[in-house]
Amino acid sequence: MPRKPLEVDSPLEFLAILDEEGLVDESLEPKLSQDLLLKLYRFMVLGRRFDERMLQLQRQGRIGTFAPIKGQEASQLGAVAALEPRDWMVPCFRETAAQLWRGTPMESVLLYFGGFDEGGRIPEGQKDLPVAIPVASQLLHAVGLAWAAKYRKTDEVAMTFFGDGATSEGDFHEALNFAAVYQTPTVFVCQNNQWAISIPRSKQTRSRTLAQKALAYEMPGIQVDGNDVLAVYTAAKEAVDRARSGGGPTFIECVTYRMAMHTTADDPSRYRSEEEVAQWARKDPIIRFEKYLIAKGLLDSKAIEAMALEADSAIQQAVKRYEELSQTLGDPLQMFDHHFEQLPAHLLEQREELRRYLKEEEEETRHA
Amino acid sequence: MPKMTMVQALNLALRQEMEKDDRVVVLGEDVGVDGGVFRVTEGLIDRFGPDRVLDTPLAESAIVGMSIGMAVYGLRPVCEIQFSGFTYLNFHQIECHASRLRHRSQGRFTVPMVLRTPYGGNVRALEHHSESREAFYAHMPGLKMVIPSSPRNARALLVSAIRDPDPVIFFEPKAVYRAFREEVPEEEETFPIGQSVLLREGRHVTLITYGALVRPTLEAAERLSKEDGIEADVIDLLTLSPLDDTLFVNSAKKTGRVVIVHEAPRSYGPGAELVARLVERAFYYLEAPVRRLTGFDVIMPLFAREKAYFPNPGRIARAVKETLEVAA
Repeated sequence: MPRKPLEVDSPLEFLAILDEEGLVDESLEPKLSQDLLLKLYRFMVLGRRFDERMLQLQRQGRIGTFAPIKGQEASQLGAVAALEPRDWMVPCFRETAAQLWRGTPMESVLLYFGGFDEGGRIPEGQKDLPVAIPVASQLLHAVGLAWAAKYRKTDEVAMTFFGDGATSEGDFHEALNFAAVYQTPTVFVCQNNQWAISIPRSKQTRSRTLAQKALAYEMPGIQVDGNDVLAVYTAAKEAVDRARSGGGPTFIECVTYRMAMHTTADDPSRYRSEEEVAQWARKDPIIRFEKYLIAKGLLDSKAIEAMALEADSAIQQAVKRYEELSQTLGDPLQMFDHHFEQLPAHLLEQREELRRYLKEEEEETRHA
Repeated sequence: MPKMTMVQALNLALRQEMEKDDRVVVLGEDVGVDGGVFRVTEGLIDRFGPDRVLDTPLAESAIVGMSIGMAVYGLRPVCEIQFSGFTYLNFHQIECHASRLRHRSQGRFTVPMVLRTPYGGNVRALEHHSESREAFYAHMPGLKMVIPSSPRNARALLVSAIRDPDPVIFFEPKAVYRAFREEVPEEEETFPIGQSVLLREGRHVTLITYGALVRPTLEAAERLSKEDGIEADVIDLLTLSPLDDTLFVNSAKKTGRVVIVHEAPRSYGPGAELVARLVERAFYYLEAPVRRLTGFDVIMPLFAREKAYFPNPGRIARAVKETLEVAA
């Protein structure tokens, strides 16, 4: 009865294709159409500029607290670009770029973070779940959606997003376990942005990588350079194709960095150094992709400027629509909507109670 | 009509709904091959296969979270959590997602799922297997909370719960599971969620209860009638949320005296809500303070002392007499 090493296969890999200088490993370079490459770039730029605009709006008090995405554009867009519209996307609360790619209008994002429940509405036909705030809880919904897709004998896939902190939650482990046991077509995309508010990755888990957690559940796991949109896309496409063809779930760790604060209510200078941020700034996913596209002859400075202007004008229009909508969406009685298919008697009564208060308050104001 | 236990009646409801609608899927720990630890799901896996009766890994949050995803995609998952004392592990999924997705998505996505779980004591079980925490769920917006009391109403209510477009928490009184049999029709029967029933009519006092304490309350009412000539209205709430207050408020207006009986702890318990509704709607009709006869605000004792914890017919009868002794 000897002691001997267990035979556990480790197919774990790290994947990077595009380096910080925009140089590409041609043997790994995915064959993407010009349209897709330019669309990816356009949404990275749009995501970045929209994020910056939201930060201004928040600082001006025109929207509330939100979670900036700066630095994570490649992780989100590389992953979500591997999905078809018929697939499901289950975000957490920092997937603005992915949401825009999938078709959520910018004004919905603004409305949601502007404090209007209406912003949570997903356009009809778009198979995205709304933002989920409690960490890791949404992973299980992706498992359930994927299970249902399999049960319905469709070839749809469910992709879900979460951060490094989420891997400490029970729901993360339960979700990976269930997905593996039932071989559901689920793609788990971890945006390891190095910080869960003030807790660094090294204090979140003793595991040397997050990708290795996939091993415990007997599912393919891969670590990718999350600031390299080509690498993220390649890993995601492999995972989506595998899931679609009945190969079960995959866990992808995107190594990236949250350049801004956790949310606008957070001050990262309390827990991390300027040097660290500067170091990651050199790995900026947009700059490196831009260099690659220029080298490929798909972009030049004129086109870059035009795309930035186009993004800004779309953002400006969305902000305008948001501000118009926020003027018309004032009715507080809306809070009673969408709780049940039919509003029960006690809620009808409470709704009436609020209506009466509001009327009385309005009359008092008028008399004052 | 065949006579059935509550366990058999629940099994009938699941079987017939699964036959009728292939969107109905059952999942939970030991619900398949084992047929559930209380045998509520017995035989379903043989009939419908492991794709519709899922023996899940041991993880309550995952069972509920996965059910939410299934429900969003149009299935009708009925998940079982083995004991209500273990639903705390999935409480988060219910509070943060099942109850909210309709609202959060502004009507785009709904969660037509049922969470079935045995609750309550009097079966000499282990710690965490006997408490009664329905108030947690009845307090939660966006959720329906149902507690049947007999085989027939359990079957009818479970069918309604499965067909309900919103999430339903379905607490099954395990003390009733095999306590008695009742005629249950083979043909379809439903009962509206959100409606209470008057089980016994009287003019002197109103007794309001639900779940496992319906039978002891009826027994007390019988005893009071026979021995003391006291006639009680006995109301079985059946749904705690949304609460049907019309029936018990009208009854209180008629009798002027009310005793509420439940096994959950008293403070902030369901009885507190009933008293509040009575005060709001029938204050001038009340001739005596409303009495709450409930479990105590203590950690549920282990089974050697559990009998002492629960309201029983003798205590109920005494509480009624004390309420009647208060001069109008």
